[in-house]
Amino acid sequence: MQLKTSLRQNWLANIRGDLLAGLVVALALIPEAIAFSIIAGVDPKIGLYASFCIAVVIAFAGGRPGMISAATGAMALVMVTLVKDHGLQYLLAATLLTGVLQIVAGWLRLGVLMRFVSRSVVTGFVNALAILIFMAQLPELIGAPWVVYAMVAAGLGIIYLFPLLTKAVPSPLVCIVVLTGVAMALGLDIRTVGDMGQLPDSLPVFLLPDVPLNLQTLQIIFPYALTLAVVGLLESMMTASIVDDLTDTPSNKNRECVGQGVANIASGLLGGMAGCAMIGQSVINVKSGGRGRLSALAAGVFLLIMVVFLGQWVKQIPMAALVAVMVMVSIGTFSWESLKNLGKHPPSSSVVMVATVLVVVATHDLAKGVFVGVLLSGIFFAHKVGRVLRVDSESTGEGQGRAYTVVGQVFFASADNFIASFDFKEVIQNVHIDVSRAHFWDITAVNALDKVVMKFRREGTAVEVIGMSEASATLIDKFAVHDKPDAVERMMGH
Amino acid sequence: MNKVIACVDAAASTLKVCDYATWAAQRLATPLEFLHVLDRHPERAPVTDYSGSIGLGTQESLLQELGALDERRSTLAQQHGRELLNAMVRRAKEAGVPAVESRQRHGSLIETLVDLEPESKLFVIGQDHPAEPGAKLHLDHHVEQAIRSVQRPVLVASTDFRDPKHFAIAFDGSPTGRKMIETVANSPLLQGLLCHVAIASQEETASMQKHLAWARTTLVTAGFDARVSVVTGEPEATLPAYLKTHAVDLLVMGAYGHSRIRQFIVGSTTTTLLRTSPVPVLVLR
Repeated sequence: MQLKTSLRQNWLANIRGDLLAGLVVALALIPEAIAFSIIAGVDPKIGLYASFCIAVVIAFAGGRPGMISAATGAMALVMVTLVKDHGLQYLLAATLLTGVLQIVAGWLRLGVLMRFVSRSVVTGFVNALAILIFMAQLPELIGAPWVVYAMVAAGLGIIYLFPLLTKAVPSPLVCIVVLTGVAMALGLDIRTVGDMGQLPDSLPVFLLPDVPLNLQTLQIIFPYALTLAVVGLLESMMTASIVDDLTDTPSNKNRECVGQGVANIASGLLGGMAGCAMIGQSVINVKSGGRGRLSALAAGVFLLIMVVFLGQWVKQIPMAALVAVMVMVSIGTFSWESLKNLGKHPPSSSVVMVATVLVVVATHDLAKGVFVGVLLSGIFFAHKVGRVLRVDSESTGEGQGRAYTVVGQVFFASADNFIASFDFKEVIQNVHIDVSRAHFWDITAVNALDKVVMKFRREGTAVEVIGMSEASATLIDKFAVHDKPDAVERMMGH
Repeated sequence: MNKVIACVDAAASTLKVCDYATWAAQRLATPLEFLHVLDRHPERAPVTDYSGSIGLGTQESLLQELGALDERRSTLAQQHGRELLNAMVRRAKEAGVPAVESRQRHGSLIETLVDLEPESKLFVIGQDHPAEPGAKLHLDHHVEQAIRSVQRPVLVASTDFRDPKHFAIAFDGSPTGRKMIETVANSPLLQGLLCHVAIASQEETASMQKHLAWARTTLVTAGFDARVSVVTGEPEATLPAYLKTHAVDLLVMGAYGHSRIRQFIVGSTTTTLLRTSPVPVLVLR
């Protein structure tokens, strides 16, 4: 029953929409696969085989129907030095290892870690990705003859203006066909896909990477595989939540992690490079009416049909046409709203977003950018919560004593503030510190209280601390919220 | 667990469901609730735009567009459902049911039925028979799924309402069959109606008469006027004929005694009878 229902919903509910969207998406997959194979330093064949394998495998193994995965720029940028230093075979081995790591991540249910990645980091990631895709097009443009610029401009014009005429034909296809026709008719001497390296001439075949199986190999590929796995999962999880929002349907994030791993292993074994989900192409898919698993499968199959059987024609496509398509993908990936929101959102969130973008653009590594972004959001959050602390006091015993009441959060970020709230200069005989409405979150907080007590004692003041057991309930790392239904109430209430 | 829940949609069967549910609620002296389920299908794309181009702000505008489209559709569906429910509530009140409610839920019909099971006594659902005999005799898959998913009795209102005078019980002598007879005997739903108990089988055996005698005694003790008989032949073929000759208005039977796998191989008597019965069927689990 469950199987039948899910089969019907995921595969057969939207056949027409999925097949046509798959066709449209395949057109946007080819430029990315070719462009980033070149950047990674391998033949376009490697990227195209990867795109086919990943799209097809993820259709079955993924956890987010309607999302498109293939060979991506984000991943290609990570492998550049690996290919340069060690060659293609090590890339294939790293791809396999990436898949294994991603499967492990899925089994360990690391998808839940995504909740620590704040909205600002996600936006920064998406924008950084768009910028990277755009920058990847620059080598084709810098120092190129004027005719290339004209072709790219014409291509972009077709892509954005043709839909005003009809929405029944994918405008990237029109762009590619028209520019190829023009280049061939005029006999223009510009770079074509054929100049960039070998294209697939047959279906991919199964092969194991030709690397020695020893510790040294592992030392070489492991750092790359780890970064690839992290970047791939990050982009996939973010894309999945974008597709979730667009289609108003849930996805299984952990299944997606495992699915990405399986897809990468399949890609590595068929001579492809590692890939992940793609934001731009997934948006195109949803926009074109793709919803089910069939759309990813169709995209992969159409892609292979196009490059294997139309290879002679694909060779003739001028790079300028692909650059135009990729510029479109980068523009479409970029979150325009985030620029408008820069002034509106709180400065801390804008700083996180911009920092994420800057780190990625500087290092070409999305994982580092996300790391910095998450770290910054954590620090900002700690800072904000640290301000939720108030220490009141009143004189008691005719000026001989003082009662302090601490309300709020005491932890590493607010401990100094906590200590500074006590007046040690005042000459009094006894002090009551009521902490029953405070929360001591960590050892730093307990230390701070000890310090305060010690300082008072040294001044000759007797100290009494009230409500310590309530305040330190939060210290225990796993306070048993599940066991006691009122645990949260009690923590917030006292 | 005290309500008769009638599942209505815009299909032709809605009035039949309404009338049979009204009848059942009156006989059981229970409140009646009309249920309309809004089943959205996000797995189907509402728009198609093959231009394949994305520009600045496409993501945001696409989200807005899809959201607005869903909103419009859902509002319309909700409104339509509410009007349907209001009409049905009016109809049931006019027919004299004192306590009538209505409710709309999101989700699939089956999910909703399972959710509402604790507060229900009987479900009434519609089945749209093929227009002409010989046309594709395919059971509305909702009906089969509903009967499989819930434990409460399900009344499949497949024909126009005719105040039931005679009803028949398809009996097989099994322990579950005996339980079914006891349920009928103890329920006010069919009290006062003429009862036929039939065992359909290829050949008559001695034990059958024993089973039938037991059924008769049980029903007569409960105050029914019960007649028993053995119908020889394939149940799927002979029972519908039997129902016609005896002018039976309602068939009572048990459901899905066997696993799905067995059903896949040899077919299910329940499904076949639901499909071919000329009168509404009350399915007891």
